[in-house]
Amino acid sequence: MSSGEVLVSKADGNGGIMALQKNLEGYVGFANLPNQVYRKSVKRGFEFTLMVVGESGLGKSTLINSLFLTDLYSPEYPGPSHRIKKTVQVEQSKVLVKEGGVHLLLTIVDTPGFGDAVDNSNCWQPVIDYIDSKFEDYLNAESRVNRRLMPDSRVQCCLYFIAPSGHGLKPLDIEFMKRLHEKVNIIPLIAKADTMTPEECQQFKKQIMKEIQEHKIKIYEFPETDDEEEMKMVRKIKDRLPLAVVGSNTIIEVNGKRVRGRQYPWGVAEVENGEHCDFTILRNMLIRTHMQDLKDVTNNVHYENYRSRKLAAVNYNGVDNNKNKGQLTKSPLAQMDEERRDHVSKMKKMEQEMEQVFEMKVKEKLQKLRDSEVELQRRHEQMKKNLEAQHRELEEKRRHHEEEKANWEAQQRILEQQKLDASRTLEKNKKKKIF
Amino acid sequence: MAANEVDVFAHEEKRNLELGGHVGFDSLPDQLVSKSVAQGFCFNILCVGETGIGKSTLMNTLFNTTFENEEASHYQSEVQLRPQTYDLQESNVNLKLTTVHTVGFGDQINKEESYKPILEYIDAQFERFLEEELKIKRSLFNCHDTRIHICLYFIAPTGHSLKSLDLVTMKKLDSKVNIIPIIAKADTVSKSELDKLKIKIMSELVSNGVQIYQFPTEDEAVAEINTSMNTHLPFAVIGSVEEIKMGNKMVKARLYPWGSVQVENENHCDFVKLREMLLRVNMEDLREQTHTRHYELYRRCKLEEMGFKDTGPDSHSFSLQETYEAKRKEFLVDLQRKEDEMRQMFVNKVKETEAELKEKEKELHERFEQLKRMHQEEKKNLEEKRRELEEEMNAFNRRRVAAETLMGQALQGCSQQPFKKDKDKKK
Repeated sequence: MSSGEVLVSKADGNGGIMALQKNLEGYVGFANLPNQVYRKSVKRGFEFTLMVVGESGLGKSTLINSLFLTDLYSPEYPGPSHRIKKTVQVEQSKVLVKEGGVHLLLTIVDTPGFGDAVDNSNCWQPVIDYIDSKFEDYLNAESRVNRRLMPDSRVQCCLYFIAPSGHGLKPLDIEFMKRLHEKVNIIPLIAKADTMTPEECQQFKKQIMKEIQEHKIKIYEFPETDDEEEMKMVRKIKDRLPLAVVGSNTIIEVNGKRVRGRQYPWGVAEVENGEHCDFTILRNMLIRTHMQDLKDVTNNVHYENYRSRKLAAVNYNGVDNNKNKGQLTKSPLAQMDEERRDHVSKMKKMEQEMEQVFEMKVKEKLQKLRDSEVELQRRHEQMKKNLEAQHRELEEKRRHHEEEKANWEAQQRILEQQKLDASRTLEKNKKKKIF
Repeated sequence: MAANEVDVFAHEEKRNLELGGHVGFDSLPDQLVSKSVAQGFCFNILCVGETGIGKSTLMNTLFNTTFENEEASHYQSEVQLRPQTYDLQESNVNLKLTTVHTVGFGDQINKEESYKPILEYIDAQFERFLEEELKIKRSLFNCHDTRIHICLYFIAPTGHSLKSLDLVTMKKLDSKVNIIPIIAKADTVSKSELDKLKIKIMSELVSNGVQIYQFPTEDEAVAEINTSMNTHLPFAVIGSVEEIKMGNKMVKARLYPWGSVQVENENHCDFVKLREMLLRVNMEDLREQTHTRHYELYRRCKLEEMGFKDTGPDSHSFSLQETYEAKRKEFLVDLQRKEDEMRQMFVNKVKETEAELKEKEKELHERFEQLKRMHQEEKKNLEEKRRELEEEMNAFNRRRVAAETLMGQALQGCSQQPFKKDKDKKK
C-alpha cells in the first residue's frame, strides 16, 4: 500500500454524505468480508422460483428435467401437459436440491391449460393474478410489525416457450409477453428447436426479435459489467436470443460418450452440444451466472414497481393523481404528517380570516349602535331645548300677564280710590249743600 | 431472508431430489458475493469514551491509516457526536467506513443526560433507514446504511471496576446496538491487575443485566475461535501509530524508559484479538445482528407507537394497504373533525356576540323610550300650565272688560250729575 494520499470525493450518489478516500498502510483484514458473506449465505440456503409457460406438448417438463438433471417431472409428478384442466391453472411444486454444500429450494410454477382452449382470451389472467398474489404476500410479510421469517415465493423468472412454427410470434405470445413483461423477468425460448435447421432457426430468431422490439416488449436484459470477459460472454448470448432449446430425459451413447439427446434415424440431437441448440447457454445463464441477478431484478425492479403502485393507490384514492405525481418519494406516513401540517396552517389561516371578518362585523355593529345612540341623544337634547324654550316662553308670558294684571289692578285700585274719594267728596258736598 | 439454521427449509413441503450430474448452482454463493463486492460494503463504528482515552488513536491503529480528528477540549457543555465517513479499499473490497466519536463524554459535572445524545444518534440512523423503507418509491439497495454496527465502549483503566456512568450508559445502549467493551490504555495496568479487572468488569456487567455482544458460535468454521475470544472479553487494548525498530522490522509500539509496549504483541495487549474479531471474522455478523435484531426491535417499537398492528380485534390480520387505508381514513376524519370543531366554535362565538349586541341595542332603545316618555310628561305639564295661563288670562280679561264697562257706565252717570249741579248753581 502506498503512503497516505487524501482524495476527497465530493459527489456521492448515496444521499450526499461526503466520504474521504483513505489509503491503508498495512493489511487491515476487512478483505475477508466477502468470505464471511459467502459462509453466511451457504448457511442460509438459497431459494429460486421459476415459472414455465407455454402450450402443451412443447417440451417444458423435459427441459426442466434436463436443466436440473433430475426428475422434477416424472410419472408420479406429471408435467403440465399431462394434467388436463378445463381452465388455466397455476400450480407450484417445491423441490430441494443440494450441490457442493449449497442447498437450493427450487419452486417450479407451471400453467397447465395455458393456450390449449379454443378461446384463449384472458388465459394470462391467472398467471398475472398468481404473480401479483406472491408480491402481495411478500409486501404484507415485509410490512408486518413483527417480522420474522420472510419466505420469498415471488416469481423470479418466467421461461416462455414459443412453438417452433418458423414464421414468427403468435398473437397469444405477444399478448402474454406484453402483459407480463413488467411483472416478471421473461426469458423467451424456442421450444423443440430440433425441428428446424440452423438457417431456419436463425431466420426465426430474427423475426421474433423484430416483433419483440416492435411491440416494445421488455424481455430480461443481461446487466452490463465492467469485466471484459463477462461482457464478451454477455454479447454472445445477446446475439443468440431468443435461445432455441432441446430437452431430453434419455441418455444415449455417442462416440463412446454418454450424452443426453434425442435419437433419430438420421442421428442424435445432443442437448448439450452448442452447435445443435442453445441449451448450454440457457443453463449457464440461468443457473450458473445470472440466477442471483434474476432475483435482484425481481426484488429491486418488479417488486418495487408493484409496491409503489399499490401504496400510491392508498394515498390518493379519489384524489386527482396528477396533482400528487411528485410526492411518491415519501412514505404514506410522512405524507400524512405533511398533510397534517398543511391542514394546521390552513386552519390557522381560516381561523384568522374568520376572526377578522368577525371583528369587522362586530365593529360595524358597535359603530352603528354608537351612531344611533348619538343620534338619539341629539334628538333628546333638541327636544329638551325645545321644551325649555317653550317653558321660558310660557314664563315670559306669565310674567307679562302678571305684570299687566298687577298694573291694571294697581290702576283699578287707584281708580277705586279716586272713585271713593270722589264719592266721598260728593257726599261731603252734598252734605254741605244740604246745610 | 430465511432463518439461519442448517436445514433451512425444514418447514416447507418439498421433495428432496438427487441430481444426476453437475447442474451448477453451487456457484450461487459466488454470484451473491460478487454482487455484494461490486456494490461495496458499509460499516459504522461508534466509539464511546471519555475525552483523551484513546478513541482516535485506536481507530488509526486498527485501520492502519490516519483519520482526521481534532483533539477535543474538556469544556463541552454537552455530549456531541462527530461522524466521519471514509472510503477504504483492500484488494477488491470497497468499504465505506463511518467512525463516530463521542465528544465531551464524561466531562460534564452532571452526567445524567450524557447517554442521551448517543441514544438519539443511534435512533436517528434507525429512523433514517425506516423512513426509506416506508417510502412509496424507495431505493433500499442504493441507500447508504448509516446504522451503527458496533459500539466500542472505552473503559478507563483507573480504579478497580466500572464507573456508574459506564454502567448507566451501557445499560441504555445494549438493546440498541452491539456493544464490545474494551479496556483502554491497557499499558497502565499490570498483568495481574488486568486479570482481576476483567473479571470484575464482566461480573458487574452480568449482575447489572447488560447485554454485550457475544461472538457467534454456531458456524463451525469460526465457532472455536469465537468461543475462546468470548472468554477474553473485555479486550485490553493499546493504540499507537508510532513505529519503532524491533530487530529488523518496524512495529507499532509505545516507547517507555522501562521498555516498549508492542501493539501487535499478544502478550502485551489484546489489540490483535480485537482486530481479528471485529474486522476479520465477525464483521458480517455484526452487520446482520444490527439489521435483524436491533433494527427490527426499533422498527417494531416505532410502528406500534404509531398505532400499527398486525391483527385486528377479531384476529383478522391486516395487510399493509388496509392498515394504511385505515390510518388515512382515521386521519382524514380527524382533520375534518378539527375543522368542524373550529367552525362550530365560531358559530357559537358569533351567536353569543349577536345576543350581546342585541341586548345592548335593546337597552339603548329602552333608555330612549324612557327619555321619550319623560319628554311626553314634560310636554303634558307644559300644556297644562299653558292652559292654566290661558284661563287666567281669559279670566283677567273678562274682569278687565267688565270693570271697564262698569267704569264707563259710572263715568257717564257722574258726568251728568255735575251738570245738574252746575245748572243749579247758575240759577
